[in-house]
Amino acid sequence: MFEKLKAEFIFNFIEGDRWKYIVNGLGVTLQVTFFALLLGTVIGVIVASIRSSYDQTKDDLRPGPWKVFLTLLNGLCKLYLTVIRGTPVVVQLLIGYFIIFVSSTNTVLVAVLVFGINSGAYITEIIRGGIMSVDHGQFEAGRSIGFSYLQTMQLIIIPQAFKNVLPSLANEFIALLKETAVCGYIGLMDLTKGGDVIRGRTFSAFMPLFAVALIYLLLVIIFSKLVGILERRLRRNEQ
Amino acid sequence: MSSDILIEVKDLHKSFGTGKIHALNGISTTISRGEVVCIIGPSGSGKSTFLRCLNLLEKPTSGQIIFEGDDLTDKKVNLNLHRQRMGMVFQQFNLFNNMNIMKNLTCAPMKLKKLSKAAAEAKAMELLNRVGLADRADAYPYQLSGGQKQRVAIVRALCMEPDVMLFDEPTSALDPEMVGEVLDVMKELAAAGMTMVVVTHEMGFAREVAHRVVFLDEGKLLEQGTPQQIFGNPQNERLKSFLAKVL
Ligand SMILES: Nc1ncnc2c1ncn2[C@@H]1O[C@H](COP(=O)(O)OP(=O)(O)OP(=O)(O)O)[C@@H](O)[C@H]1O
Ligand SMILES: [Mg+2]
Repeated sequence: MFEKLKAEFIFNFIEGDRWKYIVNGLGVTLQVTFFALLLGTVIGVIVASIRSSYDQTKDDLRPGPWKVFLTLLNGLCKLYLTVIRGTPVVVQLLIGYFIIFVSSTNTVLVAVLVFGINSGAYITEIIRGGIMSVDHGQFEAGRSIGFSYLQTMQLIIIPQAFKNVLPSLANEFIALLKETAVCGYIGLMDLTKGGDVIRGRTFSAFMPLFAVALIYLLLVIIFSKLVGILERRLRRNEQ
Repeated sequence: MSSDILIEVKDLHKSFGTGKIHALNGISTTISRGEVVCIIGPSGSGKSTFLRCLNLLEKPTSGQIIFEGDDLTDKKVNLNLHRQRMGMVFQQFNLFNNMNIMKNLTCAPMKLKKLSKAAAEAKAMELLNRVGLADRADAYPYQLSGGQKQRVAIVRALCMEPDVMLFDEPTSALDPEMVGEVLDVMKELAAAGMTMVVVTHEMGFAREVAHRVVFLDEGKLLEQGTPQQIFGNPQNERLKSFLAKVL
């Protein structure tokens, strides 16, 4: 039994240096996930800020160019959220690769952009929920002492919102990591595709596919542990 | 005398929603430097709305708030600068939950008045000492009792060295045994000459500390006068029935 497994292992990963498909694929998966998350967070913070400041100030704004501008921007943000959350990410990936960024030769970059824009929509809603979860009295206290809207957000609201949304953000990261497994659709050699290529070469599905699954699982477990530590550290300061 | 006027409220109106709820119906009054004004009235009479209009936390529907010569309802004035000189204390304390007490007290002076960290902390320590909380500087808000939180909230406003302090029922959320410690701090402030506008249900405090008591009902200023006049010889029928209920 053990001998047989060992032979399978050598055949699938050692012979012909096929382990490189896994390692290189893992590199691509981590790259796409990391940069997509970065982009998604930037988009999320910006769009959430626009949506929140529109919702919070629309009743007080005097008619004028700024109000028109903010209303337009808010409408655009809503459209973005609706379209992105209303279509499958695989379709977005294909549209990105074959239509929007068709002239790009950098497939990793295309994947980062598509997944970043996709994730941004979900992160927007997470952050918006976080901002709304902070007691309005915190906002009023900040404004009444003389802080501007932006200072109040930055010093008082966002830090509290961040703590509240950390679990949801971690969830989104985990979902994103696993979603990038569809990268193969645009010919990217990510972890999943790497395992699948080995399967195609060796005609043995068990080893490569379980290896891929195990690596995803380990990544998620390690990441969840790290988030847990961060959460406990943040919670030490507050109730 | 006119140079002594700190805040002038001119024909203040405020309605909510689509104009269905008229919280304030044309209030005019002045608040002088060093004056302690207590605002009393039944629930829903517009006391909080009036107070929150003074620093434009609530935007007046019409009318003017003249603070130190500037009309705060004019969109050209820099509200943030004026608010630095108007401290506000809330019923629910609203200490910044993500900061310890020292940061609560120093973040605004450092960010807004460009005080050095050392200067801001020295000032905060001095004031904390005065309210008997110097040993809690490193605590977080959730670690304090309600009375302690409210004393810190008062100190937070004082650290900006405001020209006026606005209080919205500062003791209403407190357990009875903690009311006294907060009122004592406010009495000290009044004795030190701070201009104060206090919305309160504490008639004892109003009687003892206020220079002037203002009675609001249904968004109108129905009567005002010294505590002796308001409590000893009320004229308005609604004030009389209000006092009969609360005294
Ligand atoms: N944000 C708001 N939206 C709609 N209506 C409001 C709002 N704030 C206050 N009101 C209404 O305005 C009126 C005056 O309210 P306000 O809070 O000023 O009363 P108050 O005198 O402070 O009462 P209390 O003693 O209960 O605190 C009430 O009818 C209230 O329902
Ligand atoms: Mg009130």
